[in-house]
Amino acid sequence: MNKTVIYGALTIAGLAAGSAAAATLDDIKARGTLNCGVNTGLTGFAAADANGVWDGFDVALCRAVAAAVLNDATAVEFIPLTSQTRFTALASGEIDMLSRNTTWTFTRDVDLAFEFTGINYYDGQGFIVPRELGVASALELDGASVCIETGTTTELNLADFFRVNNMNYEPVPIATNGEALEQYGAGACDVYTTDASALAAARATFEDPSAHVILPEIVSKEPLGPVVRHGDNQWGDIVRWTLNALIAAEELGITSANVAQLAADGTDNPEINRLLGVEGDFGAMLGLDNDWAVRVISTGGNYGELFERHIGESTPIGLARGLNAQWTDGGLLYAPPFR
Amino acid sequence: MSDTHAQTVAYVRETMLPQQEPPMTQSGAVRWMRENLLSSPLNILLTVASLWIIYLSLAALVPWILNSVWDARSLSECRQVFLVTGAPGGGGACWAVLQERGIQLIYGFYPADLYWRPNLTFLLFFVAIAPVLYPGLPRQMLWFTGIYPFLMPWLLWGGSFWVPLLVIAGLVVGYAVWRVLGAVSGLLAALAAIVAALVWWLAAVPALNDGIHRLSAESRTATITAEAEARIERLRPRLADLEAQRESLRAEVSALEAIKAEAYAPITEAVEAARAAAILAYFEERGLDPESEEIGPTQRENARHEARAAASAAAEDPALADERATFLAAVDELTTLRNEINRLSSQITLMSADISNADSRLTNLAVMPERQARLTELRAMEAERLALVPRALRDLRRVDAAPAGTDPADLDALRALLEVRGEMTTLTNALNATYKDAGRIGLEPVQDREFGGFMLALIIGLSGIILSLPLGILLALGRQSDLFIIKAICVGFIEVIRGVPLIVWLFTAQLLLNYFLPPGTNFSLLLRVIIMVTFFASAYIAEVVRGGLAALPRGQYEAAGALGLDYAKSMRLIVLPQALKISIPGIVNTFIGLFKDTTLVVFIGLLDPIGLSETIRASTDWQGIYWELFVFVGLMFFACCYGMSRYSLALERKLSREHR
Amino acid sequence: MTTTTEPRSGGFRLSQLLYDTRYRSITIQVVALGLLVLAVYWLLSNTVENLEALGKDFNFGFLAQPASYDINQRLIEYDSRSSHGRAAIVGMLNTILIAVLGCIAATILGVIAGVLRLSKNWIVSRLMGVYVEGFRNIPLLLWIVLIFAVVSESLPHPRAYGSGEVDLWLGSVAMTRQGTWIPAPVWGAGSTALLAVFVLSLAAIWGFRRFARRRQAATGQILPVLWVSLGLLVLPTLIAYFLLGRPLTLDYPEPRGFNFDGGVLIRNSFIALWLALSLYTGAFIAEIVRGGILAISKGQTEAAFALGLRPGRTMNLVILPQAMRVIVPPLISQYLNLTKNSSLAIAVGYMDVRATLGGITINQTGRELEGMLLLGLFYLTLSLIIAGFGNLYNTSVKLKER
Repeated sequence: MNKTVIYGALTIAGLAAGSAAAATLDDIKARGTLNCGVNTGLTGFAAADANGVWDGFDVALCRAVAAAVLNDATAVEFIPLTSQTRFTALASGEIDMLSRNTTWTFTRDVDLAFEFTGINYYDGQGFIVPRELGVASALELDGASVCIETGTTTELNLADFFRVNNMNYEPVPIATNGEALEQYGAGACDVYTTDASALAAARATFEDPSAHVILPEIVSKEPLGPVVRHGDNQWGDIVRWTLNALIAAEELGITSANVAQLAADGTDNPEINRLLGVEGDFGAMLGLDNDWAVRVISTGGNYGELFERHIGESTPIGLARGLNAQWTDGGLLYAPPFR
Repeated sequence: MSDTHAQTVAYVRETMLPQQEPPMTQSGAVRWMRENLLSSPLNILLTVASLWIIYLSLAALVPWILNSVWDARSLSECRQVFLVTGAPGGGGACWAVLQERGIQLIYGFYPADLYWRPNLTFLLFFVAIAPVLYPGLPRQMLWFTGIYPFLMPWLLWGGSFWVPLLVIAGLVVGYAVWRVLGAVSGLLAALAAIVAALVWWLAAVPALNDGIHRLSAESRTATITAEAEARIERLRPRLADLEAQRESLRAEVSALEAIKAEAYAPITEAVEAARAAAILAYFEERGLDPESEEIGPTQRENARHEARAAASAAAEDPALADERATFLAAVDELTTLRNEINRLSSQITLMSADISNADSRLTNLAVMPERQARLTELRAMEAERLALVPRALRDLRRVDAAPAGTDPADLDALRALLEVRGEMTTLTNALNATYKDAGRIGLEPVQDREFGGFMLALIIGLSGIILSLPLGILLALGRQSDLFIIKAICVGFIEVIRGVPLIVWLFTAQLLLNYFLPPGTNFSLLLRVIIMVTFFASAYIAEVVRGGLAALPRGQYEAAGALGLDYAKSMRLIVLPQALKISIPGIVNTFIGLFKDTTLVVFIGLLDPIGLSETIRASTDWQGIYWELFVFVGLMFFACCYGMSRYSLALERKLSREHR
Repeated sequence: MTTTTEPRSGGFRLSQLLYDTRYRSITIQVVALGLLVLAVYWLLSNTVENLEALGKDFNFGFLAQPASYDINQRLIEYDSRSSHGRAAIVGMLNTILIAVLGCIAATILGVIAGVLRLSKNWIVSRLMGVYVEGFRNIPLLLWIVLIFAVVSESLPHPRAYGSGEVDLWLGSVAMTRQGTWIPAPVWGAGSTALLAVFVLSLAAIWGFRRFARRRQAATGQILPVLWVSLGLLVLPTLIAYFLLGRPLTLDYPEPRGFNFDGGVLIRNSFIALWLALSLYTGAFIAEIVRGGILAISKGQTEAAFALGLRPGRTMNLVILPQAMRVIVPPLISQYLNLTKNSSLAIAVGYMDVRATLGGITINQTGRELEGMLLLGLFYLTLSLIIAGFGNLYNTSVKLKER
């Protein structure tokens, strides 16, 4: 693996001499690691354990991409980013992909020149309030003080929501999720608003979870997904289809347990065969080998397995699949066909 | 003598009277209190106020610290322990988080088997700084002080042993040029020496470094391959073994979990029942309906408070003693198991990284000849295609940078050229990476991302100060200079840096530094931060050194002039040694300030102690833990900074005595 | 080598640029200037090229676009439809507000702590020692976060006022976890006249003090300055207040809904930041004050007593003027530090200029280059203004060497 030492600074001159834009995929292969931007810490989505090993739902996607590209799910450099620094890190090439619960919006896609390569979690902005307030709807929040994590789209949605409904509120902006929870728990604000997934995670950690209610209103669409830079379509395709492979695998019933078997024996279902590289050469079209999807799925399992392990109902976070169920189960997950 | 007096003069007492105790009000504690605490009404008031403040802080802190839990695996388990033991006031600190994450707060994600390297670096720092602080030590030790700045990054980041040597050689090159040209002109020599050293560092070092790595890699390909294969062979079974161990431990854990849950159920049932009853009783006593909306938060809080006492009492019920003991024993055992599993996991992580490294090294070595051949091929192609591109377009790096109206054929030629160049860059990078990895003789490299915790704060602070010293001294001299333009540049630099908060500079490092450097330059955030902090510190150091220069008696400058020394000599031999000596306390204080300010890097996503506490709080086990981490981080900072400030104060006193 | 001979008046030779001290300084400066220009050019051309590669341009048009975020504390009219430029100004005003109030509080705290640390009272001096060392040796960021948490967790909940469990202090001030509500002044008709009277009485006080000093210098007679000043300060305004029919009234906060209706809310983020900044800087100022007082030799006090001056006058006329000369320069640099440290507002979500312009605006528009440039310029200007005042003071109290 290539490792830069501090003297790398001294190679500015050398780098400047021959820097023609190279393809991201080639860069990653040459480097031997994937640089993936993740949250500095969001329960269930990205967190480092006592050994410094990153884990979580967003992190799993990075690992899947690394498995596809480098045949090594551990060959990922995780770069923790704050909501303020994430886009610059991506624009400057410091990271190859951003998998940090980032909302897909028009301006981010078009004006900031990024490419959202899919949606790995359909979220929406919700509110949590103490039960004793007796509030049943977000429309009863006129005059409340609301904790928000600053630097995110939630700030803008909140402004729009209260403006549209002609209500007043007192924004209490807080730098990080952890800090905001502490403040909400102490009663420094009446309401905490953020993505519903994070609210559920937060509620689970209160001393008395039943003393807090998540209001039914979801005031915004927050499609969260991985992001790459504009301009390198091959790389965008790899990230997009890695995610699609995870989703399609669940739909087709491919799991980490049976993927090796299915790939070795082949099946009667041509789509499974195409996905796992038994038929056709889809991998080669992406600039990878034909086993790529097998590696992606065997790393941590299909979308459903990842969901269950990191944020599903068996975890302390306990999120239901909801919108994130397969389209066949009434959700929004709908991977384009592998054809 | 007294004998004679005693015999001759009758009215003189023969023996001393035994000493009497002074009156009660004039001695011991009472007098001390009268004089020191109660001497005037204002003083009495102040004393009472102080005692009240002390009481308040202790009343808040002591129960929290005393009712603490050290053995638990998560915050919720801490709360379970509080519930089971019936801790008064609902429990206190959950220090268990430090048991699991304390080391991480200090070393960040640095590989556990390499902790000796930062430790050694830190120890050597004291060896390096000793001759500066204690003039009694042999002067030869200063050589080590000079080498240390080059040794430190090598020890921390790793890499081949010749890298620091090559960098040091730059100084030798500069010195040689200076000696040769010194005979012609001092000014010219100084300029030429700087240029020579820069050329060496920027051009020769990378090329030489790559070259040596390549030589080393190519000459030892067979050995390296064999070694990597052997390593994989050796580690695979051990890895499997460790994983099996971990699995068996995990099985033990689930068994214990069941025992724990079984013991916990009756206790929590009893406690919840007692709590609910207490709350009902509380409202009943006041004639309130517990469901009523009328009841305010303070009432509810009071009710909960009341209920806590009842819950404590219920938990301490002797009938539940067995369950309690089983539960606590299970928690202890589980924590020990968790620690053991963590230790194994850490080994497994390191080992699998090791295997994956060896694996990728083998692959890279296997395709090396192929890649080299392709590169030669590409070189020929580049020359061919270059000939087709008009001269005016040859330096362009992007097709769309070509002026409007360029012939489409030329554009196509340019596109073809750029394609080849792009592939060449990638290939060269890949080959260089292989050489660097396979040909490395020295320490295992550590990535920037693995730095964190107090180590990160120390590294940023220390490298900031060490690197900023030369620049700071130059700026200080420039600010004192008679040359108008030099002075203006230095004053401008210092004031701009000092006029803008560090956090803005850090955001500049994060968001903008890449704009200011040539396209394609990309070095890690940590390095960018160190560069920015160096500039930042140099402005402050410059002011400190300027103070030292100003404090030096005018006569020293004049005497140096009278001896016929030129500017450089008089500064080097007379002025700076004295001025820097007076500046040491100021430099230490600047360092303390900088060390504290390193906490700001949390805002740009580096994992300093505060950033790490955020990360720790994001894990499912420890979400919601707050004060314990801050208290730990605060105490660590206090210990470091207080020690240094005491030292700097002592030094200041010593210097002022010497100066007199 | 210096010689007594006249420098040769003959033709100029190129080597003189290197060897002749008269020309050498010019050579050095020209080289330095050249290098500077080169470096700036290099940076600028890199920036231009990088911007082009990213497809970005350099313009400040984003300042006119709607900001679409809300700011809770605003000293001027602002809502989420206002422009980014206006959001930046709101942030700047918030920065200046916290900086000014912080400097005042830090000075008061610092002077008290510095004097008390020299007190003979053992407990008090030790307590002040703990305060000073504790704050000086733990990062400010930690203090801000801790104080914010303490403020939010120790005060009563606003609903506690609503349910009548806690009463407003003097019926007008409510300190809660969400902030402190104080009565808001309502300027009725005729309040301009009231204000004018107040300003006039201030001017009168200044005039009287000047007159009293002249009088004392000329005749040695001491007028009762304090009492007359106090009278002038209160009486005319009070009389005008009643004559004009009480134009100025107070709007008291009323518990209603989630929190309060009416009054002015001072947010906890402001209170916490303000407290933390003043306590932190106060610890440094305490050390400066202590050093300043210790720096004045005891002989000065004794000499003043020997002249028959009372202790109060000794302090006012002899010790303080001398101590101030030692205290003020580092004090100014502490004010600078406080102003710069106010950018840590990010930790508690106080909407200062770094949070609006340097935070949300940059984040929403992707204009980091322009935003950071404006931000840097703002702080630089603020620092230069404070440093300028400091220099003015230093020159005015400089020992006149004769």
